[in-house]
Parts: sequence; structure tokens; C-alpha cells
Amino acid sequence: MIIAKRKPFAEIKAMVAPYKKILIVGCGTCVAVCLAGGEKEVGLLASQLKLALGLEDKRLEIGEITVERQCDLEFIRPLCDFIADYEAIISMACGAGVQFIRELCHRPIFPAVNTAFIGVNNDAGFYTERCRACQHCYLGITGGVCPVTMCPKGLLNGPCGGTVNGRCEADPEKECAWTRIYRNLEQEGRLDNMRQILPLHPHDRATTPGTVIHPAYKRRYEAHE
Amino acid sequence: MNLKPMKYNPKILALVCTYCTYTAADMAGSARMQYPATVRIVKYLCTGRIDILHILKAFEAGADAVLVSGCEAGSCHFLEGNLRARERVEYAKQLLEEIGLGGRLEMFEVAASDAPKWVEVVKEMTQRALELGPAPLRRGQAFHPETLAQLEKVVET
Repeated sequence: MIIAKRKPFAEIKAMVAPYKKILIVGCGTCVAVCLAGGEKEVGLLASQLKLALGLEDKRLEIGEITVERQCDLEFIRPLCDFIADYEAIISMACGAGVQFIRELCHRPIFPAVNTAFIGVNNDAGFYTERCRACQHCYLGITGGVCPVTMCPKGLLNGPCGGTVNGRCEADPEKECAWTRIYRNLEQEGRLDNMRQILPLHPHDRATTPGTVIHPAYKRRYEAHE
Repeated sequence: MNLKPMKYNPKILALVCTYCTYTAADMAGSARMQYPATVRIVKYLCTGRIDILHILKAFEAGADAVLVSGCEAGSCHFLEGNLRARERVEYAKQLLEEIGLGGRLEMFEVAASDAPKWVEVVKEMTQRALELGPAPLRRGQAFHPETLAQLEKVVET
């Protein structure tokens, strides 16, 4: 899932300072799981804003709503009429959700979180990165460990000379991704994979903004690949 | 008619666990122990149920301070509710710090048999609320010149 981190309160407050009536829109999927922008976080931010502005004797009318997914047309469309009553929107979704709301509902929009990465939920409140969405997956060759993400240098034919006793030179707290790849392949009896030379990473595939059209829908969108 | 500001008597909301702190507070009452009449107690089945939003809403409603009090570490009836509460209170403190309400929230541990400690906790929190003065939010509402003018008008009519 997508992991995000809430922005400092002062930054959010400054962004909405010119407005008198705002709507805070939460997202009930990834950012709700990583405790950054779900229904509860919407409530907390609204409460913080009310208190902070109350202390300055200012008035701000705040609406709160959380949709299932802000990156999905079917959940955003019904919101547009509702949003029209507000001067500005604070979106607590990842960057995708923020942009999608602005595209569909024409109101000034401000993000309340910094989107961090695609990662996993290790434990309550503890998330780590696993995928860089590079559009060229090596996990079948590398024993289920991504060299692009888990190696700070993104080496496809590692390890580099900096690995010391299986630790990474960029961060000695972390295990070297290529040591983990070796161990996994050894465990699976597929050490031969280590001898395979991987060609240059096709960085051109990750040129932004990316588009994916499912083969079954090619005719509908008249796409050519 | 001239409205004068009333003497500041802190309003403290105490969010407490029924098994330990509430029992201690009950015992303090039964034993006629004296402590400031500043706390309003809300009883929870476990401090683990306390949400940060409950704490923020208390301040929105005009509390001068909030105290959370649960079982001593290791003696929670639900094993770790008090530990979770402590983590949440720490986070809530950060949120309050960000908006300028720092120092008005604290977590305590009071065992069921420790009525004197409950008395101490209330005294300590009352002292802190007195030192910090009324929560600016409440002061804003109570003493704002416009509000006072409106009040006077209402009283006159």
C-alpha cells in the first residue's frame, strides 16, 4: 500500500489561512491503514484547526468527510456537488487522490500529508518501503527481494564493494539487499540465478506520467502500444 | 449592568479507568479526603479505550486541562490498555504542543487502593492549571469584549 506521513500542523494551517469554509477529505484505503489520512485523522486535524484558530479568535467552518478511495472516479464524482459549498479542500490522501479531486471538482486543494512510498505494514505504526513501481519486476530472479528498492544504489548485479559482513554501507543498520538475495536463493536451491547478468534497467519505462491500459480495454480507449 | 470576570476556577477533565483510578477516587470520597473541586471524571472500562479525539474534543469544549489516569504498568485488566493509552497521550501532547496548548495534558497511574495518590494527582493538575491560567480558548469565549457586550445586551433586554 501507499505510505504517507502527515505534514506539520503549521504548514497545513498556513495553507488554509485565507479561507473561511473548508472541507477536509479523508481517504479510507492506504492512508487510513498507515494512520495518516483516514477518518480518524480527519477528525484530529479538524479538531486541531478549530482549537488553533479558536486561540487566535478566528473563525473557520470545517466540514469533514472520508471516502473509500480518492483515486477512484466512482467515489469522487458524488463528492463534487458537496464540495461546491466549500471555498477550499484539504485532502488527506496520497498525491494521486489530491490531484484527482482537483481534476474533477474545481476548488483550491491542499495536501495534508507527504506521500512517502509503496510499502508494508510491519506492525502498528511501523512501515517500510518495498517497491519503487519501476514497471520492470525482477523479484522472480532475485529471490523475492527487490534490488531496485532494497539496495540504496539500485544495483542489479550486486553486491557493491561497500557491503561489510552482510550490512549495507549506506546504512549499517540495514542488511545488504544482495546478501538477503543470496540467502534466499541459497534456501530455494536457485543459486545459479546469482550468475545471471541482468541487463541495464529500462529506466525509460518509468518515464512519468505513466499510463496503463488493460488489454481487454484497448479498443475502448483506442490505445496503441 | 456591568459584568465582571469571575474568579478562575480550573475545569479539569479526568479520563480514568474504572478498575484502578475510579476505585481510588471513590475511596478518596468515602474516606472524606479533601481535594480541589476542579475535576470532572469520565469513567472508561479501560484507558485503552481513550481516543486522542476525546482529549481534543475536551479542549474544544473548554477544558483547562485534561488528565488521563490508568492502572500501574503491568496491572491492566486488559493486559496492555494502559500502555496503549500512554502512547496515545504522548502523541496527543505533541498535537496540543503544535497548536499552543502544551502542558495541559498529563497521564498518571493510580492503583485501586491508592486514594491518597489520587488526591495528589488532582492537586498537582490543579496547580498546573492555575499556573498556566485559563485555557486561551475558554478565556477567548468568556472575556471577549464582543461577547461581553452581547451578554450585557441580552441581560438588559
